[in-house]
Amino acid sequence: MDATELTTRLDPPNDPAARAGTDDTPGAVDLVEDDLVEEISIDGMCGVY
Amino acid sequence: MRTDQLKQGLTAPICLTWELTYGCNLACVHCLSSSGRRDPDELSTAEAERVVDELAAMQVFYVNIGGGEPLVRRDFLDLLEHAVASGVGVKFSTNGALLSKAMAARLATTDYVDVQVSLDGASKSTNDAVRGAGSYTAARRAMDHLAEAGFGPFKISVVVTRDNVAELDDLEALAQGYGAQLRVTRLRPSGRGAATWRKLHPTASQQRHLYRWLSARPHVLTGDSFFHLSGLGEPLPGLNLCGAGRVVCLIDPVGDVYACPFVLHDQFKAGSVRGPGGFAAVWHSSRLFEELRAPQSAGACASCGMFDACQGGCMAAKFFTGLPLDGPDPECVLGHGEAALARVAPGAAPSPGPGHSRRAPAPGGVRPPDPARLLPVLPGPPPSSG
Amino acid sequence: MAFDPERRYALHPQVALRSEPFGALAYHYGNRRLIFIRSASLVELVRGLDRHPSAAAALDALGIPDQDRTRLRRALEQLEHAQVIHPLTGGDRCAPTS
Repeated sequence: MDATELTTRLDPPNDPAARAGTDDTPGAVDLVEDDLVEEISIDGMCGVY
Repeated sequence: MRTDQLKQGLTAPICLTWELTYGCNLACVHCLSSSGRRDPDELSTAEAERVVDELAAMQVFYVNIGGGEPLVRRDFLDLLEHAVASGVGVKFSTNGALLSKAMAARLATTDYVDVQVSLDGASKSTNDAVRGAGSYTAARRAMDHLAEAGFGPFKISVVVTRDNVAELDDLEALAQGYGAQLRVTRLRPSGRGAATWRKLHPTASQQRHLYRWLSARPHVLTGDSFFHLSGLGEPLPGLNLCGAGRVVCLIDPVGDVYACPFVLHDQFKAGSVRGPGGFAAVWHSSRLFEELRAPQSAGACASCGMFDACQGGCMAAKFFTGLPLDGPDPECVLGHGEAALARVAPGAAPSPGPGHSRRAPAPGGVRPPDPARLLPVLPGPPPSSG
Repeated sequence: MAFDPERRYALHPQVALRSEPFGALAYHYGNRRLIFIRSASLVELVRGLDRHPSAAAALDALGIPDQDRTRLRRALEQLEHAQVIHPLTGGDRCAPTS
């Protein structure tokens, strides 16, 4: 797989993350209480192969 | 909490099961999709490629391709390569009969493809009793082809039944011998499984054994298939999460979208990829998926201390055994399911219908020749006596 | 190697990053691992990492307040550990690992 092709697909034109969460204060960060990064096993959800 | 975030709906499925065809050279007694005969209305190659394009645009990470037997489709490799070139990974399930040396060699050079070979017993007699004469030999041959082609690790996928629980250790050894990963999944009363579930599903005692066996083997994959056993002690690894309509769904060979592979029934049909708005519209806006993504009621299980662990079990298992969806799983480890099953009137459970099953064998057990036969008859020993 | 905020980082070329209501899901096509990223700001940070000479500069550019930088640096460290991001060498993009 072409690496460039993969990375250019990663910015969809309508990015819900850009609209959700952050407020208007410059630099405001939406840090939730839970871990910001978490691995989920793909063997760990029924119907996911 | 992460399961809440997963349950409320995602931009796209994490994994999507795509049954490419209802055609199959086998007639497994528990087939979820009641496969056998091709459907004349199956998606064309062009339609299938457009589905791939849609999935790529939605950034579906990968598809799990099955059927029927996906290798029955002559455009299988074309579709596989189109998917991979578009950035959609492919995992596919096969009975192996059509996984020739040449196919194995092709797969070994293709990026982002994973293969899962189905097998339901470590011995020919146990396996073939469920999957048919010659199926064990064909699966082993496919595994040999993958190994010889240098494909790398593949998966062996086993549906756990009353008759193969005793062979789990042998199946693990088989997988180890190939450097393969063993995956075990739950028998569900779906498709042809509806008619065979009562005889084939593991007993309560076998379920307890299975739970202990799995707890000691975190390297054995389960696809979170046994979360209904989590009430037996420490939950098995996994999120105990029913993914139907939330993180997964299924596209069937004629383009219908269902909540998951275990509920091929009108009640769980969300729409069609052939509709206006294609797959994306169904994923984002179908009424069925909106309902599944809303908080679910614990119903009759609300007062049970196990509910947090078992989440009431599997929707499909309840549906096809005639149990209410907001009550215990038929295999509830506390026995509430058995009690509930006893109250289901004969014939009351929803029927999966004949699906695409081929005609039943004639009396005497010999199947009449199939006038629409696509595939050569498998060489192999005559059916064993058990 | 420990996460070094003075190094320049990029999203790993084998990772697909998909925005979600809670932030993003990252799937690594090489090792088949799936990672939750639970903050839209962190997602924006990750997407823009390779446009800055260092991860620290990327944090500066987003105007991240000091009190949040530790958590985000820790998150970047976890993402590096999961191979979702990787350090770039010199001025070139790293070749993808198979």
